[in-house]
Amino acid sequence: MSRNIGDVILDLQNISLRFGGVKALTDISFNIREHEVRAIIGPNGAGKSSMLNVINGVYHPQDGKIFYRGVERKKMEPHMAASTGIARTFQNIALFKGMSVLDNIMTGRTLKMKSNMLLQALWLGPAQKEEIAHRRKVEEIIDFLEIQHIRKTPVGRLPYGLQKRVDLGRALAMEPQILLLDEPMAGMNVEEKQDMCRFILDVNDQFGTTIVLIEHDMGVVMDISDRVVVLDYGKKIGDGLPDEVRASPEVIKAYLGAGH
Amino acid sequence: MPTQVNFDSLDGLHTFPRLLFHHAKVRPNAPAMREKHLGIWQTWSWSDVAERVRALACGLASLGFKRGDNLAIIGDNRPHLYMMMSAAQCLGGVPVPLYQDAVAAEMLFVLQDAGVRFAIVEDQEQVDKLLEIKEQLPSLAHIVYDDPRGMRHYNQPFLHDVHELMEMGRIHDRNHSDFLNAEVEKGHYDDVSVMLYTSGTTGKPKGVCQTHAAFIAAAQGGAAVDKLSAEGDILSYLPMAWVGDHLFSFAQSLVCGFTINCPESGETVMTDLREIGPTYYFAPPRVFESLLTSVQIRMEDAGKFKQRMFEHFMAVAKRCGGDILDGKSVSSGDRFQYWLGNLLIYGPLRNVLGMSRIKVAYTAGAAIGPELFSFYRSIGINLKQLYGQTETCAYVCLQPDGQVKSDTVGAPAPGVEIKIADNGEVLVKGAMLLKEYYKRPDATAESINADGYFLTGDAGFLDEDGHLKIIDRAKDVGKLKNGAMFAPNYIENKLKFFQFVKEAVCFGHDRDMVCAFINIDVGAVGNWAERRNIAYSGYTDLAGKPQVLEMIKSCIEEVNASLAHDSMVADSQVHRFLVLHKELDPDDDELTRTRKVRRNFIAEKYKVLIDALYEGKGNQYIETEVKFEDGRRGKVSADLKIIDVKTFPIAKKAA
Repeated sequence: MSRNIGDVILDLQNISLRFGGVKALTDISFNIREHEVRAIIGPNGAGKSSMLNVINGVYHPQDGKIFYRGVERKKMEPHMAASTGIARTFQNIALFKGMSVLDNIMTGRTLKMKSNMLLQALWLGPAQKEEIAHRRKVEEIIDFLEIQHIRKTPVGRLPYGLQKRVDLGRALAMEPQILLLDEPMAGMNVEEKQDMCRFILDVNDQFGTTIVLIEHDMGVVMDISDRVVVLDYGKKIGDGLPDEVRASPEVIKAYLGAGH
Repeated sequence: MPTQVNFDSLDGLHTFPRLLFHHAKVRPNAPAMREKHLGIWQTWSWSDVAERVRALACGLASLGFKRGDNLAIIGDNRPHLYMMMSAAQCLGGVPVPLYQDAVAAEMLFVLQDAGVRFAIVEDQEQVDKLLEIKEQLPSLAHIVYDDPRGMRHYNQPFLHDVHELMEMGRIHDRNHSDFLNAEVEKGHYDDVSVMLYTSGTTGKPKGVCQTHAAFIAAAQGGAAVDKLSAEGDILSYLPMAWVGDHLFSFAQSLVCGFTINCPESGETVMTDLREIGPTYYFAPPRVFESLLTSVQIRMEDAGKFKQRMFEHFMAVAKRCGGDILDGKSVSSGDRFQYWLGNLLIYGPLRNVLGMSRIKVAYTAGAAIGPELFSFYRSIGINLKQLYGQTETCAYVCLQPDGQVKSDTVGAPAPGVEIKIADNGEVLVKGAMLLKEYYKRPDATAESINADGYFLTGDAGFLDEDGHLKIIDRAKDVGKLKNGAMFAPNYIENKLKFFQFVKEAVCFGHDRDMVCAFINIDVGAVGNWAERRNIAYSGYTDLAGKPQVLEMIKSCIEEVNASLAHDSMVADSQVHRFLVLHKELDPDDDELTRTRKVRRNFIAEKYKVLIDALYEGKGNQYIETEVKFEDGRRGKVSADLKIIDVKTFPIAKKAA
């Protein structure tokens, strides 16, 4: 692959997150480099989704520092994360079931809309021009994800694998710099997984988007990621290239039990 | 439409490039091609197309494309691919379209046989296929691709973006401004205009060389019968390698000047059909069938009132719709009812099907069920059948307006002579016949007899109105042990007219009874099963459900009952059958790319099952290897039940 993995774009240092007495994350440090595919893996309850929520600004860690492009992030809310170029998809698809694929992806453009609400509602002047430009971008995404045939179908009527693809489309519509994918392949059959892998790699390759993904399917993770961080019971137990992680005794223990 | 071709005059419009530049002159701004890009239909006028073809042709020439070179064309129907066809013809080259869903190994034979030096392909997928076999194709020098997506990291010097080729061509054209006109002038109507490979139902595919004259004659004949004009639209979605698409989309649009519309992708055809509303439409019977099935399924989910209205007006249409379309006399009461029905049901239905503007629709490639055929005609869609093969530019018989019958393929088309040989084989002669099979003088000599007739290989006869009726492939017609005629296709088609039966294969030659393999239609049977609360996991599971077998059995009994009435085929009633555990698939070589059954291959592959049918066993275990689309292999296995079917005593024909 010819893309160049760049500098550290997001640096997480000594992150700890507690919910009351429950320690979700304990003293976790790792970084994410520009243009790479970074996987977070771990058994159930390891804290993967919490980690994503920290990056995304949904949870606020009690300890630790986060540097985004070298600047320390102080206060963070999800919409601020979004406006700085971090987009995500959800483990349980979060789309508007009654709206068409096109409209759902269009919602991903909201942050980029500049004209005021009144003009948008009346579809006047600049709002009209703006919407056409955004629609074009959305159509490019539809073309990219090969979902032209369901453009106008309500999302609720689509099979699961396609809904996941639409979810990805909505996140892509933000033209993110970092894309967080929460189990993009959960519940998919082999063919759907292969499609999804291809799309993720294509996004990474064509737009240079940095990708952080949580995934259970080890085969998938090892195939597509550049670096992997492994969590277990809220602690980091491994970090490195897929092959290194695979060979680490601690990781094997966490996944296969102590007997091995 | 340009006037009748004058083949003798030097400046006559007797080659496709001349026709193209003629249209660019007389109707420069009329739409020639449309394609949906990013959700919006983009239009190229005739002058745009001419400019691009010019650029492409000059581009090809600057890459070293010469008179007599073959240009492989691989991909879905895309404007640039059609333009490349014209571009190759401008230079006196021969376009060779290939079936785009074939795997690389299947393409290899054709590419080697045609000695292809240049190829235009649609996208990365097709480029990858060619790269896979490039080492075995030493002659292949240049590959041009239309869609640059995913091609960023390909830096082989022999790969060219189609726009890059056009730019090269424009520069070449500026430097040698007389070059292309001179090349087009050199074109002769007797030159080969296209090479279409037969699907290879028997043996290796053969390249059928057709001349400009042949295709122009076929296109003009068809246009005259159906009064086609420059005002019109066709949706081009059938494989470009298929003779039907070449005639209807390419040849006829160049002869008449109507617009080619390319769908966005294979999956969007139905939406695109509705948006374009073509005036001229072509589909194999299975498309009409699946459309009707989807209408029926949706009607079953509609409210009671709508259902009753639908049933009432469909009965009216069945009674008089066909006659009204044929211009026959119909009582004024019926006429009024039909008018009302048109307002409430037929019109909206045609609109939903995307057929509101259709002047004429064609079906061919396989037999169409009489019910299905009359359904479309009764709601006012002028659906017709035609008959022809690759070797005859798909132009032998057409059904003229007002003389459309569901069980014949129509009268001989203008300029076509038909003769029935002693063994029942249909022989044809006319301007549309092939020039030769590429590099196969033996096959050419075999298929054209001393009097210049082409041997179609189909068995048929002319009825009292002079319409041709096809029974079966001449070589497939066999005999049962008792000497009675056995026409497997005839029975299979009768079976396939049921919406639940997707595919059927009958056996009986040299046997004492007829047995059949059945493939169920997952869509229709699945819906049927859901209505009865029968849970199933997939094709294999559904195919093995006892209720499904019972339902298929009753379908076969109906066929047997109808066969019993026809003394010619009454002995061919199906005695035993089984439902196959997997769908027959071209990827497993069981069907041809045009989805025709490869009978002998299937007989060999499933010999165990055939033996079980004839040995009287009640069930048979089978395991079969299947190929997936990505080239991996897997296995499906099942224990198949074999079912005996009731047969009927042969009815004596009433005197």
